[in-house]
Amino acid sequence: MLGSGLLQGLAVTAKNFVGSFHDPARYTTVEYPEVKPALPEAYRNFPFLVSENATDPMGTLRCVACQICEKECPPQCIYIEKSKDKKPDAAGKPQIYPAIFAIDTSVCMSCQICVEVCPFDAIKMDQVFEIATTTRFEALLLNREQLAKPNSYYHGIHPTEAAEVDARLAADRKAAEEKAQAAAAAKAAAAAAAAAKAASPAPKAPDESRRSPQGEGGPPTPKPQSERGAVS
Amino acid sequence: MIPLLLIAGLTLATAAVALALRNLIHSALLLIASWAGIAAFYLWAGAEFVAFAQVLVYVGAVSMVVLFAVLLTRRSRDDISVAIDSPARGIAALLTGGAVLGVLFGAVISSPLGAPAAGARPSLSVKELGLQLMGPHAAALLIVGVLLTVALLGAVVIAAGDRTDAAERKPEGNP
Amino acid sequence: MNAALLFATTGSVLETLPVTLRDLVTGWLPEPLRWLVNSLVGVGTLLAVIGLLFAYLTLAERKILGRIQNRPGPNRTPIPFINLRFFGLAQPFADGVKAITKEDVVPDGADKVLHFLAPVALLAFSIMTLGVIPYGRHLVLLEFDAAVLYFFAAGAATELAVFMAGWASRNKYSLLAAMRALAQLISYELPLLLSVVPAVMLAGSLALPAIVEAQGGWSYGFLPQWHVFTPWGFAGFIIFFISALAESNRSPFDLPEAESELIAGHLTEYSGFKYALFFMAEYFGMCALSGMGVTLFLGGWQAPLPFLEFIPSYVWFGVKLLSLLLVFIWIRATFPRLRMDQLTRFAWKFLVPLALINLGTAAFWSLTAGWSGPLQFVRWAVALALVLVPFTLLGRRLSAGVAPRTYRYAT
Repeated sequence: MLGSGLLQGLAVTAKNFVGSFHDPARYTTVEYPEVKPALPEAYRNFPFLVSENATDPMGTLRCVACQICEKECPPQCIYIEKSKDKKPDAAGKPQIYPAIFAIDTSVCMSCQICVEVCPFDAIKMDQVFEIATTTRFEALLLNREQLAKPNSYYHGIHPTEAAEVDARLAADRKAAEEKAQAAAAAKAAAAAAAAAKAASPAPKAPDESRRSPQGEGGPPTPKPQSERGAVS
Repeated sequence: MIPLLLIAGLTLATAAVALALRNLIHSALLLIASWAGIAAFYLWAGAEFVAFAQVLVYVGAVSMVVLFAVLLTRRSRDDISVAIDSPARGIAALLTGGAVLGVLFGAVISSPLGAPAAGARPSLSVKELGLQLMGPHAAALLIVGVLLTVALLGAVVIAAGDRTDAAERKPEGNP
Repeated sequence: MNAALLFATTGSVLETLPVTLRDLVTGWLPEPLRWLVNSLVGVGTLLAVIGLLFAYLTLAERKILGRIQNRPGPNRTPIPFINLRFFGLAQPFADGVKAITKEDVVPDGADKVLHFLAPVALLAFSIMTLGVIPYGRHLVLLEFDAAVLYFFAAGAATELAVFMAGWASRNKYSLLAAMRALAQLISYELPLLLSVVPAVMLAGSLALPAIVEAQGGWSYGFLPQWHVFTPWGFAGFIIFFISALAESNRSPFDLPEAESELIAGHLTEYSGFKYALFFMAEYFGMCALSGMGVTLFLGGWQAPLPFLEFIPSYVWFGVKLLSLLLVFIWIRATFPRLRMDQLTRFAWKFLVPLALINLGTAAFWSLTAGWSGPLQFVRWAVALALVLVPFTLLGRRLSAGVAPRTYRYAT
């Protein structure tokens, strides 16, 4: 019958109109400045620096100023200066730290390469998108104070990924401790043996025991969130 | 009396300017204004039905035909000939115009123009008008209808006949 | 009983309230001046009410279109100084201020006089159409014996303004759009007029109040005798409504301003307040055609049920007018635009024949008004057959060869 299609069409739009008043699925608009959009977990742009402790962000940065990200960054928007001295990191081990760590967000293209090359899980992708400023230069150049955000924030924006990172770090730390203990035990045993023998010199203790680079040097960690982002 | 003079002045002035102008679209629009003036005259005379019919038919419909004709036929701006082509044509135009004028003049002179009864305008409702048209004047109405139908059919036949011809000379879209 | 009496009295007081108020204001004036001021007050009120209706119709249209497309529509414009949003009810005024303060650009090659005259003429003609509609039992601004003819005469004159706008802009898009608009208006003028004729025929008058009166009364004590509830009236109303959509250049017949093909059609070279005038004229035309549809087919200012008669007539007219306008918006949100050939084919091969047959149906209905008892059923059956059979046959012919379209990649 001519016109039945028209009536069907009218029914569809009427359903949408009525549904927009009571059905959230038919009213998807978020009124932005007042209501923040719920970003998908896989959403990411602009890197930030992870610090272990929220109360002392500068003291507990994971970054050891190895400068791999600075070298890998395609638009070269990262600038790092190493410190001259060493400070204890979160595990209490003395480390070099970045005296200056700056990212020029007017140049950064959010490619995530810095995150993927970082062997220390020290730089991660953020979820900020309100970075409009009134000047083109200084305000867009973020220094390490502005870049440092605590691990709890990382857990807040990318929970799955952060849990994986934490588990891996804990495992590494534990392995390193066991290794150190084993080494110490071996050393003690050797010392004991030496003392027993009272002739041979002391063996070298393995110094780079904190973590093995092989633990990070493999393929990049899978990111299950990206698939979830595509669905929603 | 003053409204009548105003209406008449406007109607005649627009008609005269329409004749004098060289821009065909302006002429056509002024001609339409002149028709509207005639409608206003009918309204002044108390003939509502005729006035609205005049607007509906002339301002609404015939004007469109005129405008379409102007836009679709004119090739270019320089195409409009101003001078008379030949003396024979001029004479023919004068004769036709004169004949029309004579007929109209004769009709006006011969019609009985008695002074209307003071105050009481003959009020004719639409219903009576319809009865008049369908009763005593049915023949005239039918003849006009047949004439228009024939004209329409003729136009359709002509338009349908020279399809190949029309494809050759496409009208330019120049405004 | 007392309550009914109270209803009746309050009803009549409310009914004549606008006229009473007007007489209160102008009562002390001498006679010839009083007539003039009365008319001016009437015109002023009409323009104010319709103007406000236009303003909020634009907002309602945007909001409803938004809701249909899963978004809220404009809701942020605050009321000045108090910074209260209130669903964006100040939006139309913000739009108005914007339109007035924008630069008015006239193209160099344009015909300056006609370019200026076109929006003015268009608005003037569309306001003229509003004058004859009976908004209530006592609210008729212009009482003509040939009001229907007046309405369509003024409506036909708007075509001229559209042509003027298109031609005077000296822009090919504008001219093309103007030609399209003319073809469309001429095509749909015919079914529009033909669909109106039955209503005129049944009332035996071209005066709109008489046509409304003819739809008064209740069959079986509660069913309103509006024309739309008869077979010919329903068909006529549908034809009228489709033609009205086309006449007011509304979607799905908005070819003259098809954005994707013709920029903005005959409005391409207009900006600022002139553009706003065109917009206003379009909505006024829509209101006028809706009002005409209400008057001719939906019983005008008549109440739908007998016990609702205490509500004043102009309220009923307003309710009906608004619901028709909402249908205009609903249709705009639903249907895609037609192609030019589809548009004219639909008018000439479908609407015009149906309207002509409908004329015959109405004549049959009018001649059999005296039939009663079982003959009533015969009357209804014949009238329904006269409406449905041509519709089905013509519809089948119209959709032959294009019938149900299948989409390979859409579900």
